[in-house]
Amino acid sequence: MLPGKTLAIVSLALALGGAGAVAAQEAAVPPDKGSGTTVDHSKLEVLQKEFASGPEVTAACLTCHTEASDQVKQSIHWTWDYEHPVTGQDLGKNNVINSYCVGVAANEPRCTSCHVGFGWKDMNEAPPQEANAVDCLVCHDKSDTYAKIPAGAGQPFGKEVKEGAMTNMGKPAQPVDLKLVAQSVGLPDRDNCGNCHFYGGGGDNVKHGDLSSVMHNPTEDIDVHMASDGLNFTCSECHVSDQHQWHGSRYNVTAKDTEGVPLPGQRHDVATCESCHDTEPHDSLTLIGFKLNSHRDKIACQTCHIPEYAKGGVPTKTVWDWSTAGKKNDEGKPFKVAEYESKSGKKKPTYDSMKGDFEWGEDLKPEYFWFDGQVEYANADKDVVPGEIMLVNTISGSQEDDKSRIWPFKVMRGKQPYDTERNRLLYPHLFGPGSDTAYWGKWDWDTAFEAGAAASGTEYSGSFDFVSTEMFWPITHMVAPAKDAVQCEECHKENGRLANIAGIHIPGANPMGPGGKLGAVILALTLLGIIGHAIMRFFGRKNMKEH
Amino acid sequence: MSERLVKIYPPFERFWHWGQVVLVLVMTFTGFRLYGIHEMIPYDQAVVVHTYSALLLMVLWVFAIFWHFTTGTWKHYVPTSDGLWQVIRFYSFGIFKGEKHPYRKAYWRKHNPLQAMAYLALKLLIFPTIWITGIAYLTYRLWEPAAGSGFWIEIVGNLHVLAAFGILSFIVMHLYLMTTGHSVWQHIRPMFTGYDDIELTPAEEAYLEADEPGRIKPVA
Repeated sequence: MLPGKTLAIVSLALALGGAGAVAAQEAAVPPDKGSGTTVDHSKLEVLQKEFASGPEVTAACLTCHTEASDQVKQSIHWTWDYEHPVTGQDLGKNNVINSYCVGVAANEPRCTSCHVGFGWKDMNEAPPQEANAVDCLVCHDKSDTYAKIPAGAGQPFGKEVKEGAMTNMGKPAQPVDLKLVAQSVGLPDRDNCGNCHFYGGGGDNVKHGDLSSVMHNPTEDIDVHMASDGLNFTCSECHVSDQHQWHGSRYNVTAKDTEGVPLPGQRHDVATCESCHDTEPHDSLTLIGFKLNSHRDKIACQTCHIPEYAKGGVPTKTVWDWSTAGKKNDEGKPFKVAEYESKSGKKKPTYDSMKGDFEWGEDLKPEYFWFDGQVEYANADKDVVPGEIMLVNTISGSQEDDKSRIWPFKVMRGKQPYDTERNRLLYPHLFGPGSDTAYWGKWDWDTAFEAGAAASGTEYSGSFDFVSTEMFWPITHMVAPAKDAVQCEECHKENGRLANIAGIHIPGANPMGPGGKLGAVILALTLLGIIGHAIMRFFGRKNMKEH
Repeated sequence: MSERLVKIYPPFERFWHWGQVVLVLVMTFTGFRLYGIHEMIPYDQAVVVHTYSALLLMVLWVFAIFWHFTTGTWKHYVPTSDGLWQVIRFYSFGIFKGEKHPYRKAYWRKHNPLQAMAYLALKLLIFPTIWITGIAYLTYRLWEPAAGSGFWIEIVGNLHVLAAFGILSFIVMHLYLMTTGHSVWQHIRPMFTGYDDIELTPAEEAYLEADEPGRIKPVA
């Protein structure tokens, strides 16, 4: 620790950062609809026509943005494939099993409606090869009118929309005028990212817990950075991109950033808190600031600064029990029960014949674990031990290594299918109107697992059961204002927030440890001795008076 | 032999004593808050008050150590077995029968042998324990990367609390013993005024009158 030097660098960084902010404000003065760029897309000749399809728009984009398609195709948004650099595990959406709709394989047209392209219908093949199969508009639409068909393998809605059609965002679908959308394009805002990422797992906030429709326009209490009445950050303010590659990974997280703010003039290229707030974010010159900075060594910023997630009236799914799926009502039809009412008054399903039983939660306290940033997935590679909880993904980390910190997590719990002979998790074929194997329609798990195994390149022995599972989701969004941060006494007390973390010393968490017990005995003996002595003196004096 | 009012606690010593009283009480209260025994004030407030009181107390101790060595007062605390047995006997039996305290205060040796030993143990054992563990606790960030720091912080924390209970037990005993004289005020008074009734030999009396008149009150 070199406080003097650090301080000097910090103040230098602050001064320079301040100067930059002033410059940025000046540049942003004309309050126009665009992002302040030098191109008004509505004036471009190539966009002055009626487009019949998404790929046609992309072809027009590529006439100027010649490398864009190639760049997108290198990104995980396109490949849905990720080889973990440390564990070597093959991850990405095309491989992983989660505890929601389990897996993409066999269910492509539904799942790939959030693919950043058009027409990916089979996970066993790479996404379509054509350059104009990339969907520019889903990320760059600024008209807020573009939406993909939920089971359309990435195709947007057309000029005419079927009655009752809904978007992935759970809203009635509107006709999409591709010309209008194409002319509106700009840098992605919260809606562009959110229209997919806020609705992961099949609905609003189902999956993450810290990414919901509330984040389209959050208040400061919900998210101090993204508040539309405050700093108004877009996602890419932190998830900085370079050539269509984004920073911030949930497979390989930077759990502890030791570099902090980059040197002046160098771009920051990690989506960590420290990349803006530096490694000594609290005021080191105050005692509490000094103490909080030393907490930072072992406690992730998120642990204190995200006291609750699933805020703002939109609940997240906390339990999904597939084992009860398939019940029929008296008329022999599948049914839904919606007994959970959110704080904003919305009913949420608690039973659905297609999916089983659900539980929901709002304003949830995270659970805390050591985390070094590495996440491994069980997929179909790890043995299920019957009767034990199967971890769908495992997070590594411990007190001992210098990469780990204590992080907040959403723990998703549930029951999901596994092969009782091979003891592996199963990929069900769920979605596929008119299909002979899709569970949603045929209501037969056996054929659904056979089809899922075939689609995912795994096996199915023919016998299955359901196993209790847990899945870990690091919480990093919905950062609260400083005034709402977790207070000292929420951990520094008996059975506080970090009570489940063994082997760490938290003053106040263990009143009457060994030292305290021994001390109390000494104090008690002293008091007893004094009382005895005082009584003897009292009687002694009495005796003296009597004599 | 005559009994005279002799100054045995110079101003610094009294300031040291009462300064410690305030700081130790404040630190006991805030320390027990931090340890989780009560929740009467917010945790962060307790951290601030406890830590700054500790820093003040350490400054006070630095001055006190300097004072002990430069004035030679440290000699009051050199342990001796001379008369020790009589004092132990007095507190264990004699006091119940109304016997007189066997120790006569001298102006150059103000504590009885048992008292001197108790203070010495406090100063050489309990206080350093709480000092060292407290500083280690405060500077944990500096040695946290070292191997086994997770184990040692437990030791440090437990010793710190143990020492705190030790000090508290001392205070309780200290207060109780004030009741063993003729009156409580008689015991407290010297710590306010600096003067106590001391039996002087004619030679001592003559010396003080002649050479250190400031230390001896004229006979009223």
